[in-house]
Amino acid sequence: MTFDEILNISPYSLDGEEKEKLLIGRLAELTKFHRKNCPEYARILESMDFKSDKVRSCTDIPFLPVRLFKELDLRSVPAEVVVKTMTSSGTTGQKVSKIYLDRATSSNQQKAMVKIVSEFTGSGRMPMILIDCPGVVRNRTMFSARGAGILGFSVFGAKRMYALDDDMRFNVEKVREFLDEHRGQKIFLFGFTFIVWQHFYKELKRLREEGTVFDFSHAVLVHGGGWKKLASQAVGPEAFRREFERVCGLRHIHDYYGMVEQTGCIYMECECGHLHASIFSDVIIRRPVDFSECAVGESGIIQVVSAIPESYPGHSLLTEDEGVILGEDDCPCGRKGKYFKINGRLKNAEIRGCSDTYADNFGS
Amino acid sequence: MTNLEKYNKAFMEIFEITEERTKGLKYQDIEAWDSVGHMELIAALEETFDIMIDTDDIIDFNSYEKGKEILAKEDYGVKF
Repeated sequence: MTFDEILNISPYSLDGEEKEKLLIGRLAELTKFHRKNCPEYARILESMDFKSDKVRSCTDIPFLPVRLFKELDLRSVPAEVVVKTMTSSGTTGQKVSKIYLDRATSSNQQKAMVKIVSEFTGSGRMPMILIDCPGVVRNRTMFSARGAGILGFSVFGAKRMYALDDDMRFNVEKVREFLDEHRGQKIFLFGFTFIVWQHFYKELKRLREEGTVFDFSHAVLVHGGGWKKLASQAVGPEAFRREFERVCGLRHIHDYYGMVEQTGCIYMECECGHLHASIFSDVIIRRPVDFSECAVGESGIIQVVSAIPESYPGHSLLTEDEGVILGEDDCPCGRKGKYFKINGRLKNAEIRGCSDTYADNFGS
Repeated sequence: MTNLEKYNKAFMEIFEITEERTKGLKYQDIEAWDSVGHMELIAALEETFDIMIDTDDIIDFNSYEKGKEILAKEDYGVKF
């Protein structure tokens, strides 16, 4: 099974059994490919005494801790064909992950992402307001996860504007003009959770109190990057939704879960508030004591598998996040596949996520 | 200006290259044509030809020649 064949299937159309069949073939091939082409990965498999003929399901594919991408330069292609290096969003002083992309992997990331997001926003392009500052994509050779997120989502923007100045101030006039220009059209808003709250919601709230009301009832907001900072301010997803509807009428809101080590196959939040795994990837929850698989409803460490990574051995990773599978194939929204919830970061894990690392500058 | 001249002009201005360099140019061949440059190029072409390019076509647009092929499709009707 090639990745192009997977791309032709609707991302939430396969049930558990069909999806397992599809993914296991691809993941087994990727394991073989990386073992052959990435010496460090091969050594890790050797040391675990991994036997590929024992693989029966996706849960049998060995996983690497995401942290390893900070310690080692892991690549399965020659350095000359690397077109883009992405880095994780670490806070100051942290080591960052480096993810090496070749043309094929980079393009497959973008293709998968478009397929996934279109299922929630429609495939048409919309006038887009990026709730961030233009400076974030200025350094083009080394891409931060934040810049990559913004660029990845930019294909959905027909006309694009940044709502914030480089000093992260909300530009009331520019946003007003943009909305006037696109009156009657569906507007696409994108940003990182904490930035959206701190620099967009709070400004809209303040302006409203002064008598300036913005109407975003015709807009859709996609945001991601972590809740840690907002949780410490006692703002959860319910309050987030409620407040946005109250201050500007915004009702269409989708959170997403994703990481730079598996860019592209993000997990979007549906209308019922559940994060969904598409056919490009999956989540497996593991018990911290022995890494055995958790039952539905049981919290544990999140492992992610992805059909995309060819240029680096990142197709099966153990994250530092804790979560729980809520169900499979039976979400009321109608999408098939597993749906789940994130509980937060594991204790003693580093702060990560585009939203949380930025928020770290604000103190607590 | 012919459509071809307009098309070339977008490449030359966005990527700061000569007309000779445009032929055979592929996405990520030069530093300027990275993902940021790509979206700038798309925006410039949309403006020039007053069209809106589909997301799938934006992704498939991976070379100078492929771009011409895409724009010549019925959806956009740019004749070269």
